[in-house]
Amino acid sequence: MLSSLRRPSILPGFGFAFGITLAYLGLIVLLPLSALVLRASGLGVSGLWAIATEPRVLAALKVSFGLALAAATVNAVFGTIVAWVLVRYEFPGRRLLDAAVDLPFALPTAVAGIALASIYAPNGWVGSLVAPLGWKIAFTPLGIAIALVFVGLPFIVRTIQPVLLDLESDVEEAAATLGASRLRTLLQVVLPVLVPAILTGFALAFARGVGEYGSVIFIAGNLPFVSEIAPLLIVVKLEGFDYTGATAIATLMLGAAFLVLLAVNLIQAVARRRLGNV
Amino acid sequence: MQVRAQNIIKRFDGGPGNAALDDVSLDVGSGELVALLGPSGSGKTTLLRVIAGLEQANSGQVFFGDEDASQKSVQERRVGFVFQNYALFKHMTIAENIAFGLEVRTRGTRPPKAEIKRRVLELLDLVQLSGLDKRRPAQLSGGQRQRVALARALAVEPKVLLLDEPFGALDAKVRRDLRRWLREIHDRTGHTTIFVTHDQDEALELADRVAVLSKGKIEQIGTPDDIYDHPATPFVHDFIGEASSLPVVARDGSFWLGAERIGLPVLGGQAGQGRLFVRPQDVVFDQAGGIPAEVVAVRRTGAARRAEIAFPALGGERVEINAPAALNFQPGETLPVRFMRGTFYPG
Repeated sequence: MLSSLRRPSILPGFGFAFGITLAYLGLIVLLPLSALVLRASGLGVSGLWAIATEPRVLAALKVSFGLALAAATVNAVFGTIVAWVLVRYEFPGRRLLDAAVDLPFALPTAVAGIALASIYAPNGWVGSLVAPLGWKIAFTPLGIAIALVFVGLPFIVRTIQPVLLDLESDVEEAAATLGASRLRTLLQVVLPVLVPAILTGFALAFARGVGEYGSVIFIAGNLPFVSEIAPLLIVVKLEGFDYTGATAIATLMLGAAFLVLLAVNLIQAVARRRLGNV
Repeated sequence: MQVRAQNIIKRFDGGPGNAALDDVSLDVGSGELVALLGPSGSGKTTLLRVIAGLEQANSGQVFFGDEDASQKSVQERRVGFVFQNYALFKHMTIAENIAFGLEVRTRGTRPPKAEIKRRVLELLDLVQLSGLDKRRPAQLSGGQRQRVALARALAVEPKVLLLDEPFGALDAKVRRDLRRWLREIHDRTGHTTIFVTHDQDEALELADRVAVLSKGKIEQIGTPDDIYDHPATPFVHDFIGEASSLPVVARDGSFWLGAERIGLPVLGGQAGQGRLFVRPQDVVFDQAGGIPAEVVAVRRTGAARRAEIAFPALGGERVEINAPAALNFQPGETLPVRFMRGTFYPG
């Protein structure tokens, strides 16, 4: 154990690079997070539990995690299709479309939120189309989901694209010579190879969705118990000078997000082992 | 099943020049093992893929037996295709890989589960991989993977077996073993088989007939003996085995190397300038007399020597010839050589 730490690799420079890695991660990631947990720990387990089971907090957490999961799932399906089209087909404007995928990354989230809200509001372009049917998109959980789909798309597309590019076409040709239809080839030969990448993209989009604030608050309507997201509740608590309450919710979110990402990583490890690239 | 490709033309860029296949026709008899041999870019893989239906020809037809397969899709052609890089399904076990072609059949034609399982085990036995059915491709060696790929192709009972550089990614020892083994499988199963290779030893050793391709055309097709002993074109002579060539003139019933007469008979109709192709064993040192040649370099090649000689009458043109190890000579010496054999191509 000790000797393996001393000589973990034949590559030189391990000590130096590892030192930088630890210092960097500690400073950038772990320090703020531990400050958060430390602050919340003043409450004790029972205090934390009391805040966690507050109906308004529970509702907000449910909205945030539930809709982030839903949005990531939608993106997993359609983002895969987008990545497929961008990689596999040659068509005029492909590069333009490819660049457009990154827009949700680049756009300030508040701008995206205002744009989405104005389109999906009952008097907006899309909102006015569905309003006669009695549907409302903006200022409901559906509106939140749309905003989360918007910000999550690049994560899925950008993680799948390189894997698709690497995929040898001879595997698909082999399936065809064996008599498999195109659909069958896609479902049984191509998709299983993409699963680890889709899961990674899913996890990234989900994490982004849980923490998303800017693009959501404009379209959400922010009704407590209906369309109030957990990050907004944190801001509300902060504005009421309830710093402990805010850190408590933040800690809960941190824990829950960690658990979900851990689960996704475990599924991914199994999928990767099945593919043989251990 | 007899396979015929007729007047196949295939262009990749769509333009008129540089066709990948330029009006190629190929007849393969039922149960025959034919090699498509050529340098890279000669069109051999393209021809194989056109026969499989993986590539659409610009014109021409492919027949399986009497049936025109040209309009049929890859799936309908029922060919067994083996790819150079195996193209196994990484996420499936070996057994699932082999069963794939049977599992994807429509309900009416799909064999029952037990029958599929029996076939898989039988094929694993045929390719000598019994007991590995639960492994995944990543756990096998290259040679084993290629044998799985062959078993998978054979599982669908193909009308014709097509192999694209099947041993190209394997090391020399495994190649030789698999070569012999593929011949045995072919003799046992009797499939009409076409395989692509750039390795002439592989083609000559394995195939009943060899088609030599260059620049989208078939230069010659024949038995390995034909190809080696009677190359039809300078390209084939150059490509198959080792050969050097010299500019000669056919005149007065004899070949002339500058002012020196080569003691080889001119066949009827051969006249004028051309090149004489000789293999290393076709030219020998002969103390009794011959054409003077200067030794440029000598190498030891196992049991014999290989000498590079030049003819003073011709300037820089060089020829590689075999010499017995016992014969001791140095670069710079001039020795008489005699031509035993050679092939003349006018032009």
